Amino acid sequence: MKQAGDKFVLQLYVAGNTPKSTVALKNLNKYCEQYLKGRYKIEVIDLLLKPQLAEGEQIFAIPTLVKKVPKPIMKIIGDLSNEQRVLVGLNITPIQK
Amino acid sequence: MSNRTKKGLSALDNRTLKKTLTGITGLDEITEGGLPAGRPTLVCGGTGCGKTLLSLEFLVKGATLYNEPGVFMAFEEKAAELTTNVASLGFDLEKLQKSKMIKLDYVHIDRSEVEETGEYDLGGLFIRLGHAIDSIGAKRVVLDTIENIFSGLNNQGILRAEIRRLFQWLKDKKVTTIITGEQGNETLTRHGLEEYVSDCVILLDHRIKNQISTRILRIVKYRGSIHGTNEYPFLIDADGISVLPITSIRLDSKVSSKRVPTGIRALDTMLGGEGFFRGSSILVSGTAGTGKTSLAAYFVNEACNRGERCIFFAFEESPYQIIRNMKSIGIDMEDHVKNGLLHFHASRPYLYGLEMQLVEIHKIIQKVKPTTIVLDPITNLANAGSVSEVKSMLIRLIDFLQGKGVTVMFTALTLSTGTSEQTDEGVSSIVDAWLLLRDIESNGERNRGIYIMKSRGMRHSNQVREFLIRDTGLDLVDVYLGPEGVLFGSARETQQLSEAAVVAVRTNDSSRRNREIGRKQKVLASKIETLQEEFESAKEELSRASTEEELRKDIFEKDRQTISKKRSEANKQVKPGNKR
Repeated sequence: MKQAGDKFVLQLYVAGNTPKSTVALKNLNKYCEQYLKGRYKIEVIDLLLKPQLAEGEQIFAIPTLVKKVPKPIMKIIGDLSNEQRVLVGLNITPIQK
Repeated sequence: MSNRTKKGLSALDNRTLKKTLTGITGLDEITEGGLPAGRPTLVCGGTGCGKTLLSLEFLVKGATLYNEPGVFMAFEEKAAELTTNVASLGFDLEKLQKSKMIKLDYVHIDRSEVEETGEYDLGGLFIRLGHAIDSIGAKRVVLDTIENIFSGLNNQGILRAEIRRLFQWLKDKKVTTIITGEQGNETLTRHGLEEYVSDCVILLDHRIKNQISTRILRIVKYRGSIHGTNEYPFLIDADGISVLPITSIRLDSKVSSKRVPTGIRALDTMLGGEGFFRGSSILVSGTAGTGKTSLAAYFVNEACNRGERCIFFAFEESPYQIIRNMKSIGIDMEDHVKNGLLHFHASRPYLYGLEMQLVEIHKIIQKVKPTTIVLDPITNLANAGSVSEVKSMLIRLIDFLQGKGVTVMFTALTLSTGTSEQTDEGVSSIVDAWLLLRDIESNGERNRGIYIMKSRGMRHSNQVREFLIRDTGLDLVDVYLGPEGVLFGSARETQQLSEAAVVAVRTNDSSRRNREIGRKQKVLASKIETLQEEFESAKEELSRASTEEELRKDIFEKDRQTISKKRSEANKQVKPGNKR
């Protein structure tokens, strides 16, 4: 596993408790536990409560996962059901099982 | 019964479409009141046709004129870029943003920064837009150009569904929205947005003919409303967009019976003594160098002298040239320019298309509000279009001016004197008065003649006058009409001189005769005096003789009495002696 020291700061933008958001959060938790155990931080932001954050982070789709750290900032939109794409988006090389 | 009718009517009123004024010059006239209130309108067109500008002006005018805040959601330009780009049009977006009248939101979608995995929706966009609308209480929204989403994201199915949902959501929000869309090959927009926006579609176009570009606006569709269906030219300049609603002009303008002098008294005399009607259209045509511009300048100068505002549209000369040239015939227009009475607007006609020219003229007239304008010369307009186009443009211009009560003088160049009665861009039939200036060539010189071809609604002279341009100004003189026919220029002067000579000779003759008579009278008078004196002396002589006679007679009588007395005394003495 490379970049062992990197810490991941992930923000998941949702709008209320929609099925898509729930699925996305579930998927995200699963991937993080699997690949980034112990060095990630997930922040769930509900735009219905904080709509002003949407503009600053250039959020247009729901749900959106934003990888703040490490750089570059990357956005992954959708319910994160495609594992390969999520890993590519997070720039994680999956461990060969 | 009547109550019910009233109810029915008011219900009908409620059902008719409510509209939102755009505040864009002319667009509200074409749409008969603006865009459908609370509904989305699609503005589509090719690159650089003015979509963004139109939609932005809609917001700015809404904020500044109607106190309706607006949200501008940009998918193409960054907020800072947009602010800079429209600053040249006098839109201060920064200030409007600070005063919370306008909110700019730039939606940045970069394919390289975004991964799509599975199901999603555009809820984020809705929330952003909703937040922006709520934060300033927006009544107007612009989405410029939402189709950019399609190039940023892959899942077309989701996007289409979401855009449909967005439009419905905007309707529910009761905001008047403009959505812009790039024109596609066969469709109005590249991604078929027109399918979703069914209320109002405005198409902008950019046409190039004879290397002159003209911007065109057309309302393709306006559900539930009357609207103009023609193509309307529009103009983007320092004040934003102005659309010219040509067909909204009707033939019902009021007319004035007031008269305006021409500045040349002799010409006024020819026109029934008072000049042209106010608000009428006057055509001055003639060949090159017959003094059309001078006549027009005189007309304008006279109006300025009365304290009226005028505009001189010069299509041939620069204002400085005209001012300098007119100084040589005794009028100084510079003061009027300085006082703000006279406005020059000089441009080459081929700078804009004809329609643009018309829009430009409209705009200036609306700004300056003149009583008199001059177009010098309309012939040059034909460079930018065909004769029939020029005619239709001028007809519309005249209609517009009559509606405003503006007196207009056109000058037109006629190329050869042979056909001068029928050319003139075909406007001779629509103008109210037509002055014809003519070159009259005879005896090796050219002279200018002027006559009135027509002047509606007033008695006017049917005579040709000679038109003189002198250092002191313009003047008309009667031509010489005599046994030799009509004479102009030096022929007229020669004739006048020779007549003056004849008169002089005649006067000389008669005065000589008068002197002769005087002399004769004197001679006779002296003769009479001599005779009188002779008569006097003769009379004296005669009277003297008779006096002498008288005297003599007296003396003689006295003598005789004395003698006879003496004799009788002597007799007495003798008698006693005889007795002795």
